[in-house]
Parts: sequence; structure tokens; C-alpha cells
Amino acid sequence: MSDRKTDYRTIETALRRRAAQPAGEGSAGGARAGRGRESRGAAEAAARLARRMADEGLADVTYAPAESPFGTLLLAATRRGLVRLAFPEEGLDAMLEGLARRISPRIVEAPGSLDEARRELEEYFSGRRRAFELALDWRLVGPFGRRVLGVTAQIPYGGVLSYAEVAADAGSPRGHRAAGNALGANPMPIVIPCHRVLRSGGALGGYGGGTQRKRWLLELEGALPPAP
Amino acid sequence: MARARSRSVSTTAISALPPFQRFLDAHRDLVWRFLVRAVGHTEAEDCFQETFIAALRAYPRVRADSNLRAWVLTIAHRKALDAHRARARRALPVADPAAVDGRQSASAGMPDEELWQAVGELPARQRSAITLRYLADLPHRDIAVAIGCSEEAARRSLHEGLKKLREVMPA
Repeated sequence: MSDRKTDYRTIETALRRRAAQPAGEGSAGGARAGRGRESRGAAEAAARLARRMADEGLADVTYAPAESPFGTLLLAATRRGLVRLAFPEEGLDAMLEGLARRISPRIVEAPGSLDEARRELEEYFSGRRRAFELALDWRLVGPFGRRVLGVTAQIPYGGVLSYAEVAADAGSPRGHRAAGNALGANPMPIVIPCHRVLRSGGALGGYGGGTQRKRWLLELEGALPPAP
Repeated sequence: MARARSRSVSTTAISALPPFQRFLDAHRDLVWRFLVRAVGHTEAEDCFQETFIAALRAYPRVRADSNLRAWVLTIAHRKALDAHRARARRALPVADPAAVDGRQSASAGMPDEELWQAVGELPARQRSAITLRYLADLPHRDIAVAIGCSEEAARRSLHEGLKKLREVMPA
């Protein structure tokens, strides 16, 4: 039984067997944790780590989900403020990859850093807030878009403007089509209220999050009569 | 032409680097297991934090086509060595088998577990080589990168480690 000449292969097999983990390190989140304790240890350590990275300002971008009447919105912020709001259908991976490419790959999930944004959105959706006060980071908006969305941000709760009016106020009276594109590229819908811009005849026009949501928001704000 | 090509290559590299959270999700279990084996449960937490904070700091400079798994294990290996040195300075036992999965009493009687405890008592480089090979499944080339030695030296450490294990393990 105590044969000292144990084959290397026996040892290698034993080492591999003991090291084998059902929760493959390739699977994001390791949700299929078979070896409970070690995987849980890793998950807890990773959560503490993400919080610390956000608290100490080590990450360039933090993100968190936010529940809403439209489903789970995705919020992302830099040290300057909110930088992205994505509707559920955009998908987390698409949003993160875009942020990694355009801002920095140093992105971590840190719900705490977006508490203020979540709170203001919740108040807005429940009709208790008419204007957002949270800090915004405009870096994903180009110079022209900045002018267009800057005008849009001034439209008060309950009010609307036409694409032509927004284009004129942004300094390019004939650029209503370009203004429409800039509004469509709004990185922070709802917070920058591009839903308050309609066609000249009063028709709803397009909306990145779908026209049904545009109508819902305008009804919430009392700019449109509630649907029967 | 050459300029345009080199620019498109670097653009590809930048866009291919996954968001850090995805990188963390993909490697956290492996790094955690490696550190538990390398320094024990008690110190694994600190080493884990330091490993990924160092990785976060350096992250934007990493080439997207590099082996991120080998890269993060390289950092983890260094943090484990730092922990060992700190422990040596505090004049505590260098390798405390009880600290390695000490609470996993259910499997304490398993021969495989004893084997890993024996790994915990190997010299640091052999322990790292064995752990990186059989836990992280790294090829010799990546083990060499992680430990910071030649591929030949990595092979040797691995072999010496196995030889010692063969001596201490019953058949």
C-alpha cells in the first residue's frame, strides 16, 4: 500500500482531479457554482473589490442597473457624472463594449456610485420629480450634438419643441435632419429629455427607445393627454 | 500604407480588450483558487484585492491579444510571494498546511486533499509551478512568464515539485 514509487501520472491525475472546478473560469459570474464555498469566496471578494474600486476612484467608469417602468435600465457614470443611460434592449455587453471603446476599459459594476441617479429616476417615474439635478458627463456628445442636446435639456417638464425649433435654437435653422440624428444619438435619454422634441405638425416622430415609450413619457409629463 | 495598417492594428487591439468587469468575472474564481492554494484562506482575500487592483491600474496598457489569464496569474503569483515574504518577516511558519483549506473538514480525509496540503509545503517556486500547471492549466511557457524564469527552469521546478510529492505521498 505504501509503495514509494507512485507514478508521476498518478500524482498529476490526483492534482488535476482535486483542482477540477465545475464552475469554469470562462463562464461570466461563475453562476453554475458547483464547488460552493470557494466560488462563493471568490464572488464575495470580487464584490468587495468592485465597491473598493468605485469608492477609491480607481475605475474610470462604473455601472449599475436601475429598475423602471420600462424594465431594467442600465446606468453608467464617470468621476464627472452620469455618462450613459441605456434601455433594456441595448444589452449590458453592448453598452459596456461601447464604453470600453469610447472612454476606458477600466469599467466595474458598482451600484453605490449610481445611487443618486437611481433615486432621481425613481422620483421622476413616480411623478415626484420634474427636473434632474444629477451631474452629467457630456463626453460622449460631439460639438454639434452638444448644442442640440443643450437646447433640448432646457425644454421644461410638460413642454415640447419641434425638430425645426431645436435646430434653429442650436444655431443651424436648416439642420433639422441633423438635429434629429443628434437627438437619436442621445447617450442619456430621459435625463436629457429628447422625448420632448416632436415633428412640426405635432406628430410624435421617432425615439431611440421606441415611440410607445416616448408617448408614455409625454403622458407622464402631461404634454399629451393620457391614452383612452 | 504601412502607417494605415499599423493604425488599424492598434485600433483593433484597443477595441478587443474586454471591459474590466468582464475580465474580473472571467478570472476571479481561478485567481481565488490559486491564491487559496498559494497563501491559504486567511491571506487570500488581501492578495486577491491587491492582484486585481494592480491589474486595474495596468489594464489599459495591456495588449488585447495577450494571454489575460497568464497575465493576471503572474500578478497573483507576485502578490503571493509578497505575502510569503511578509509572513517570513513576521517569523511565522512559511507554510501552514492548516491555513490551506483548513476549514474544509469534510474533505480532510481525502487523499487528494492531503496531496494539495503537501503542495502547500513545497518551496514557493515549486508550489507556484505545480499550482499554475494543475490548477490553472497553464502551459510551461506561461508558467515561466508568471514565475519570471526561463521555460526550462519552469519545467525543472515542476519536475522537482512532482518528485517531492512522490516522496511524501503514499501510493
